[in-house]
Amino acid sequence: MTTEKEVLLSLRDLEITFGKFVAVQDVNFDIYKGETFSLVGESGSGKTTIGRAVLGINPTSNGTITFEGQQINGGLKGKAKHELERKIQMIFQDPTASLNERATVDYIISEGLYNYGLFENEEDRINKVRTMLEEVGLLPEQLYRYPHEFSGGQRQRIGIARALIMKPDLVVADEPISALDVSIRAQVLNLLKKFQRESQLTYLFIAHDLSVVRFISDRIAVIRSGRIVELAETEELFRHPIHPYTQSLLSAVPVPDPQIARHIKPIVYDPTQHHYETDKPKFVELLPGHFVYCNAPEEAAYRKQLAAEGKTQA
Amino acid sequence: MADDVILKVDDVSVNFKVRGKVLKAIHHVSMELHEGEIFALVGESGSGKSVFTKTFTGMLEGNGDIVGGTIDYRGKHLETLKKDKDWEGIRGKQIATIFQDPMTSLDPIKTIGSQISEVIIKHQGKGKKEAKSMAIDLMDKVGIPNAKNRYDEYPFEYSGGMRQRIVIAVALACHPDILICDEPTTALDVTIQAQILELIRELQAEYKFTTIFITHDLGVVASIADRIAVMYSGRIIEVGTCDEIFYDPKHPYTWSLLSSLPQLATRGGQLYSIPGTPPSLYKDIVGDAFAPRDPWAMAVDFKADPPMFKVSDTHYAKTWLLDPRAPKVEKPELIQNLHEKLLANTTYGKGEHVDD
Repeated sequence: MTTEKEVLLSLRDLEITFGKFVAVQDVNFDIYKGETFSLVGESGSGKTTIGRAVLGINPTSNGTITFEGQQINGGLKGKAKHELERKIQMIFQDPTASLNERATVDYIISEGLYNYGLFENEEDRINKVRTMLEEVGLLPEQLYRYPHEFSGGQRQRIGIARALIMKPDLVVADEPISALDVSIRAQVLNLLKKFQRESQLTYLFIAHDLSVVRFISDRIAVIRSGRIVELAETEELFRHPIHPYTQSLLSAVPVPDPQIARHIKPIVYDPTQHHYETDKPKFVELLPGHFVYCNAPEEAAYRKQLAAEGKTQA
Repeated sequence: MADDVILKVDDVSVNFKVRGKVLKAIHHVSMELHEGEIFALVGESGSGKSVFTKTFTGMLEGNGDIVGGTIDYRGKHLETLKKDKDWEGIRGKQIATIFQDPMTSLDPIKTIGSQISEVIIKHQGKGKKEAKSMAIDLMDKVGIPNAKNRYDEYPFEYSGGMRQRIVIAVALACHPDILICDEPTTALDVTIQAQILELIRELQAEYKFTTIFITHDLGVVASIADRIAVMYSGRIIEVGTCDEIFYDPKHPYTWSLLSSLPQLATRGGQLYSIPGTPPSLYKDIVGDAFAPRDPWAMAVDFKADPPMFKVSDTHYAKTWLLDPRAPKVEKPELIQNLHEKLLANTTYGKGEHVDD
C-alpha cells in the first residue's frame, strides 16, 4: 500500500445481542474515507443489525464503533450525538414505507435542514432543496407533490435527496435498490456513484444481490450467522474466495448466460465442517487485505493451499 | 396445432376497469406452449407477465376481462369459462400456480401436512390414511428433511425456502399438467434460490409437467428456461430459445434489458440505464410501445404497431428494425460477445463446455 488510507469508521470486536440471542459477534472491520464498503449476507445474517448499530439505532453489547476517531456506541449525548446524526445518514430499502405519506417532497427533503438549522433564510432553504432535487433528477414543479404521486424509482430518489442534503460523511444504504426494476436500479446506482465522486462520500452498502455489489463496491465483507467470514477487495473476493461459505454463496449467483448457467453446480455449504468447540476461530489476514474467519488448523490448511498457488501471504 | 402444443394463446387482450378508466394490461398477445418445456416470461413490473398467465387459470381480478382472442388448452377454450364452477378441474388441478410469497398460499393455522393431504383427498379421492402417506412422500420429494416428523408442524416453524418447497408439494399433489411459477424464488436468498430452481428442474423431469416461469431476473432465466418471451407494456416483444434471446436478441428493449446487467458494467464506470419510463397503459399506444425510450427508433415506430417478424423457426421479434426496408443496425457493443465477457468475470461454471 503506497498511500495511507484514512479510516472513517472502525468496528472492533462488535457484539450485539437481543436478550439471549447473539445476533452479531466478533465483527471487525474498517471503512476508509471515500470508499464503498459492502456487507453481504443472506436474510437473518445480521447485516442490517450492524448497519443499525452504526446509526445508533441498535444498542451494542460489546466492542466499539469508532467514527472519525471517536467512539460512538453507547453513551453519546447532547451536541455530539446531534452532530453525529447529521454526519451519518441512511437510505432505506423500501422507498414507500420510509417516506412520510402526508408530507410534500419539499418538507421531506427540508426536514433535516429544519432540525439542524442548516439554512440562512427561506430563500436559501428553497434554493438548497431545489438544487438537491435537480441533482437527483427530479423537477422543481414536483416539489409540492406527495410521495404517492411518484414511482418507486422516483421515491428512492427523494429518499436519497433527503439523506444527502445533510452533507453527511457516511451513508448507510440498506438494500437501496432491491425493490426496484432493473432499468431503474441502474439510474439509482449511477446517482449514488455520482455523489460519491463529487463529494468524497463514504458508503456502507448492505445488500444481498452479489452482482450489484460487485459493480459498486471497493471492498466486501461476507457475513453469515452474525460473523464476518471473509473480507477482501471486490475482485479478489470474487476471483479467489477462500472461506467455504463465500464459495457457496458465489457459486449460487445466477449468471445471465445460458452456457455458463448450464454448467454451474452450486457448492453446498455445510456449517458442521468447522470444529470450533475447543479451537476458537479468529479473523485472520491471510493475504494482504484479505481476511478469513478461521481457527488454527483451518488457517494452516488455507495457508498451505495459498502457498501451493504461489501467493504472497500476509 | 402442432403435435406438442398444449396451450395456444391467440391474439389475447385484457382490460381492467379502474375508477371509470380502462387500463389495457395485455394487448394482442399470442403464444404457444410446448409439452414438457420450461417457458419463461421476462419483464419488468407492470409489463403484464402475471396478468397474462392469470388468464390461464381464471384468476384475473374482478375488474379485469379478456376482451379479445382465444386461449386453447388441449381443445378447451379457456376464454369462454366465466364461473368458478367452470374452472373446477382445470385451475389448481391441471394448471397450478406457485407464487412469490409462500405465506400467501399456505394457511398459517393449519399444519403443513394437512394442507398437502387435503389436496390429495379432494383431487385424487384418496382416503385420509393413504393421503397422509402420499403427502409425506411428496414432502420427501421436495427435500424436507425428516418429513414424517415435520408433517404436524405449522408454516411458521418452516423457513422461507422450506415453505416454498411445501407450496411446490401442494401444487404437485394434483399432478398438474402445467405449473405456473410466478417469481417463485424472488423472495429467497441466493443459495436457497439455487436449490429451488434445481428442485423444479428435477421434479419436472420426474413428473413431466410443463412450466411457465415468470421472472424479472435474467440470471434465473438463463439457468432455467428452454424458451423465453420478453414482455413490455402488455406485449410480447420477442420470443425465442434461451440462446437466441441472450446471444442474438433483435428487439431494442431486449438489448436495453441485457445492457442493464450489472455483470457487464465495469467497476467505477456507469451502469447502462434505459432512459424514460414505460408508457401509461390508460392511453392508446400508437406504434411501438418502446419507441419513446428507444435510441434506434425510426419514424415508423411512432406511427405503426410492428408485427412479429420471423428471425428463425423459433425466434420472432416485434420490431420494425427487422423489416427488409429498415437500415441494418447491430446490437450495442456492450452485449456483443456476451458469453466471452461473462466468462471472463465468472469464477464458477467455467466447466467443461469448450465446445458446446
